Amino acid sequence: MSLSILHRITGVALSVGFLVFVWWLMALAQGPQAYAEAVEVLRSGFFKLLLGGWAFAFIYHFCNGIRHLIWDAGVGLEKRQARRSGAIVAVATLVLFALFVWAVYCATPVTG
Amino acid sequence: MSLRTPLGKVLGRGSAGDGVGHWWEQRVTAIALIPLTAWFAFGLLRRHAGKFQDMHDWLSQPWTALLASLLVVTLAWHSKLGVQVVIEDYVHSHGAKTALLVLSTFLHFAAAFAGIFAILRMTLA
Repeated sequence: MSLSILHRITGVALSVGFLVFVWWLMALAQGPQAYAEAVEVLRSGFFKLLLGGWAFAFIYHFCNGIRHLIWDAGVGLEKRQARRSGAIVAVATLVLFALFVWAVYCATPVTG
Repeated sequence: MSLRTPLGKVLGRGSAGDGVGHWWEQRVTAIALIPLTAWFAFGLLRRHAGKFQDMHDWLSQPWTALLASLLVVTLAWHSKLGVQVVIEDYVHSHGAKTALLVLSTFLHFAAAFAGIFAILRMTLA
């Protein structure tokens, strides 16, 4: 099913995102000047799009990863159950991503 | 009738020679990453991520530094195992596969140490 390959694609995307996360940490450790430069790069249009993509990839991989762990415990492996959990993952991902977008643009000082 | 030898059954290492170690580590790191990533995501969203002082103050607190270090190590570990599976499944040339696996290992170790170094520098400075 398509959700399965999406787990791998988002996983690889998140591996690249992890490198950017570490680069961000290094900039933070270097001081205000380096951090301001890093934030400027991350705020560029291209990176904003990437950051949104990583947020989506993380939320999906997180939700579907829990589904995989439940499968690994031997639960929910019937076709009907797997279809249902797939639908739950899809809805949860969309709801959480919507909440993330709302949090970034409306509720918190994240862009400040 | 099974073609597996009694010794093979007892060792339980399978054709790749390292048993269920990879599979198990992938799951253990996945379980650890559920609370760690959720904690970090919420912590980040509650603060001004664009402001140096906000981020620095947060990450230099002892408990934050400890959890963030655990997050970096676990992410690197989980990511390394995942990328390894993808390379093994989709890259068929032996040379390219080996080169990519080595490159991935180097990158993940370097990233893990860089992340820990950055956090320690902030919290111990």
